[in-house]
Amino acid sequence: MRFVDEFRDAAKARALAAQIAALCEPGRQYKFMEVCGGHTHTIYKHGLEDYLPETVTLVHGPGCPVCVMPMGRVDDAIHIAEQPDVILTTFGDMMRVPGGRGSFLDSNAAGTDIRMVYSPLDSLKIARQNPDKRVVFMAIGFETTAPSTAMTVLRAAAEKIENFSIFCNHVTIIPAIKAILNSPDLRLDGFIGPGHVSTVIGCRPYDFIAREYGKPLVCAGFEPLDILQSVYQLMIQLSEGRSEVENQYSRVVPWDGNPRALKVIGEVMELRPYFEWRGLGFISHSALKVRDAYAAFDAEKIFDLPGVRVADPKACQCGEVLKGVLKPWECKVFGTACTPETPIGTCMVSSEGACAAYYNFGRFSRDRVREATSIEITPAPVAGR
Amino acid sequence: MSTAEWAEAAVADHAADGERVIGSEHRGREQQVLDRIDKARRRKARVREERITLAHGAGGKATHTLIEAVFLEAFRNPLLERMEDQAVFTVDGVNGAGGNGAGARLAFTTDSYVVSPLFFPGGDIGELAVNGTVNDLAMSGARPLHLSAGFILEEGLPVADLQRIVASMAAAATAAGVDIVTGDTKVVERGKADGCFINTAGIGVLERDVTLGADRVRPGDVVLVSGPIGDHGVTIMLARGELDISSDITSDTAPLAGLVDTLLSATDGVRCLRDATRGGVATILNEVAVASDVAVVVDEAAVPMRTEVRGASEILGIDPLYVACEGRMIAIVDGAQAEAALAALRSHPLGAGAAIIGEVKADPPTLVLLRTEFGGTRIVDMLIGDPLPRIC
Repeated sequence: MRFVDEFRDAAKARALAAQIAALCEPGRQYKFMEVCGGHTHTIYKHGLEDYLPETVTLVHGPGCPVCVMPMGRVDDAIHIAEQPDVILTTFGDMMRVPGGRGSFLDSNAAGTDIRMVYSPLDSLKIARQNPDKRVVFMAIGFETTAPSTAMTVLRAAAEKIENFSIFCNHVTIIPAIKAILNSPDLRLDGFIGPGHVSTVIGCRPYDFIAREYGKPLVCAGFEPLDILQSVYQLMIQLSEGRSEVENQYSRVVPWDGNPRALKVIGEVMELRPYFEWRGLGFISHSALKVRDAYAAFDAEKIFDLPGVRVADPKACQCGEVLKGVLKPWECKVFGTACTPETPIGTCMVSSEGACAAYYNFGRFSRDRVREATSIEITPAPVAGR
Repeated sequence: MSTAEWAEAAVADHAADGERVIGSEHRGREQQVLDRIDKARRRKARVREERITLAHGAGGKATHTLIEAVFLEAFRNPLLERMEDQAVFTVDGVNGAGGNGAGARLAFTTDSYVVSPLFFPGGDIGELAVNGTVNDLAMSGARPLHLSAGFILEEGLPVADLQRIVASMAAAATAAGVDIVTGDTKVVERGKADGCFINTAGIGVLERDVTLGADRVRPGDVVLVSGPIGDHGVTIMLARGELDISSDITSDTAPLAGLVDTLLSATDGVRCLRDATRGGVATILNEVAVASDVAVVVDEAAVPMRTEVRGASEILGIDPLYVACEGRMIAIVDGAQAEAALAALRSHPLGAGAAIIGEVKADPPTLVLLRTEFGGTRIVDMLIGDPLPRIC
C-alpha cells in the first residue's frame, strides 16, 4: 500500500539500526523521550525496540491526551450527559476512561447517550439531525485536534446551530514538556518531538529545549522508520556534541507550523490560567478554553458543572509513568489489578497510553522469544569515525 | 462502588496472591512482573461492572469474562466447559455413520444475529443467520443437517424487508444443504428491538472419526487462514455510512461446511478449526494459545488481506487482526501436513486465497506473538473494548 509500506521497510530498518548501533559510545546509556503517545503506540505496535541496542532506551512521555484527563473532568462530562435531552459525543478512546463513578460505557449502561465520533464535525451533524436534543462534543487533544474543534465552533456559529456546544479539554504540549524538563527525577539525552502537534505549532516553540536545556529534539513522523530515523538523528547530534531542533517529519511539518490553524484556534479559544493534568497536577497556562465571544457554544457556561477535583486512586502511578520516571511495568498495579479490561489509570486505557501499549503489544520477554523471532544487528562502520 | 474504592479492593485482592515467584531472584525484575501478570490472567474471571456494557458483546476479553463468570458458572457441565463454538456429543442407541452401533455423534449450536444495518453489500442478516450457525457446526467437522429460526421483530418493520430476509435465508439454507425445520416469531413494541433480530440453532452429524478443539494444538503445528481477513467487519463499518469512506468491498459471508469437508478429506492432521467472527483472527488464536498452553507465532506479512481492508483499518486506527470475517476460518494443522492442508484449502473456491500465516511453539505459553512486517516483535492480545458493536 502506497505511503505506508515504504515507511515500514525491514531492510531499511536493519540498515538504520546498524548505523545507530555504530554511533553508541561504549559504556554510555542513552535515554530518549518520545513525547507523543502516537509514537509510543507505533514503537510497540511494530516492535521497534527489537532494532535498538540495549544501551538505547525509549522513555514514554506525556503526549497522550486521554491519559492526562483528570478523573474530575470525566465526572463533569458524565454530569453533562445526565442532563435532560443531552447527547454527549467524544473520541472513542474516552469511552473507557474511568472517572470517579465509572466510565462513559458504564454511564451509558445506566442510561446516558454518549456516542463515539471520529470528528467534531460528526457531532455537528448529530446536532443538525436532532434539533430537539442538546449535543455536546467533549473536545480533547493537544494542538493537533484543537483546530478542528475551533473550526466546528465557527461553523456552528455561521450556521446558527443553537443546540451544539463543546466541553473544551484541549491542552498544550509545551508546558508539559517544561514540567518534565524541570522534574528532578529524570535524566534524558534528547526528545523525539511530537509530529502531529508540530504540523500546527511548527518547530520553533521547541527552541528553548535545545538552547536552555541543551537537549536535542527531532520532530518525528509516526511510521516506524520515521522514529528509527529520528533516533539516528539524535545519536548523530550527540556524537557531534550538538543540541538542535531538527525536523525529520518535513513531508508534513512546516518549520513555522500552520498559521491558518493557529489563527482559528486563537479566534475561538484562549489559554486557561491553569488546568489539572492527571498525575502531573495543576500546570499553569497549559490548556485552552472557549473565548467569551463564543460562550453560546461553551458547555462549561451552559451547564452548571460540579467541577469537583477527584483524587486518583492511591495505587495508581500514572503520573510517574506520564513523566517517564517509571516504566509501565514498574507500576505497582500494572497488569494485575490494572489491565486494559479493568483500568485503574488512564495510561492503561488509550491506545496511545504507555501502559496499554506495553500490556497489549510488549508484554513478553525479548530474551525468551529471541529464538523464535530474532533479528541480528551488526553495527555498521561509520564513515569518518 | 466508586472507582477509587474498586481500585483499592482490586489492589488488596491481588496483593493477597503473593508477590514472589519461586526462583525469581535469578530472573530480571521485568520477568518477575510478567510472571505475576501471567498468574493474574489465569485467575478466575469476575465481572466488575454493575451493568452490561457494549464491551460484553464484542467477542473479546469482556465477553469471555461474562461467559465464564456468569454462564459457565451457572450451567457448568463437561460439554459446555470445552467452550467450543458447538457441543459435540454421542446419542446412544442411534446407529452412527459407521453402522457399528456405537451411537451417532452430533454437533449442536446456537447463535443470535443483531447486525446493523439489516442489509449490507454482499449479504443481509438472513444469510448471516444461516451461514453463521452452519459454520459453527462445520468447525467441529460435522455435516450440518437442520436449523431452527427464531425471529424477534420490531413493530413497524416493513413486511417486504422481512420477506427479503427470509428469502435469503432460504437461499442460504439451500446452498449450505440444510433445512430450516422449526421456528418461532415474537413481535415487540417500536423501539424495543432494531427492526429484526434472528436466532438460529443448528444440529449436525459427525460422519468422520475426528475430534477437533482449541485444546488439541501442540508445538510444531502450523496456522492457516482460508482467505483474506476482515472483509465483513469493514463492509459493515462502511455500510453504516458514518465514516464517509466508500469502497467496493463486500461481506465474505459464506457457508464453510464444504471447505471443511475438502480439508478433512485431504488430511488427518487437522487439530482445530474456528471461523474468525467477532474478535477476529487475533481472538481465536488467543483462545487456542490459552486452551492448549502454547505460543502462537504469526507472520504479519503472510496474513492475506485486501488493500481496501488494510486501507480502511489504517485510516480508522483499528487492527485488521481483530476485524470480523463471516466466511473465513482458521485451521491449525500438524506441521508435517501443512502443504497438503494448504493445497486442499486452495482447491476449493472458498479457500482460493488460503495461506499459512504462522506456527505453534512451546514457549512462551498462552501468548500470541506477531512478527511485524517491519521486522519487530509484539504480542497480539485478546480484543479489549469494542471497536464496532452489532457486527453480526
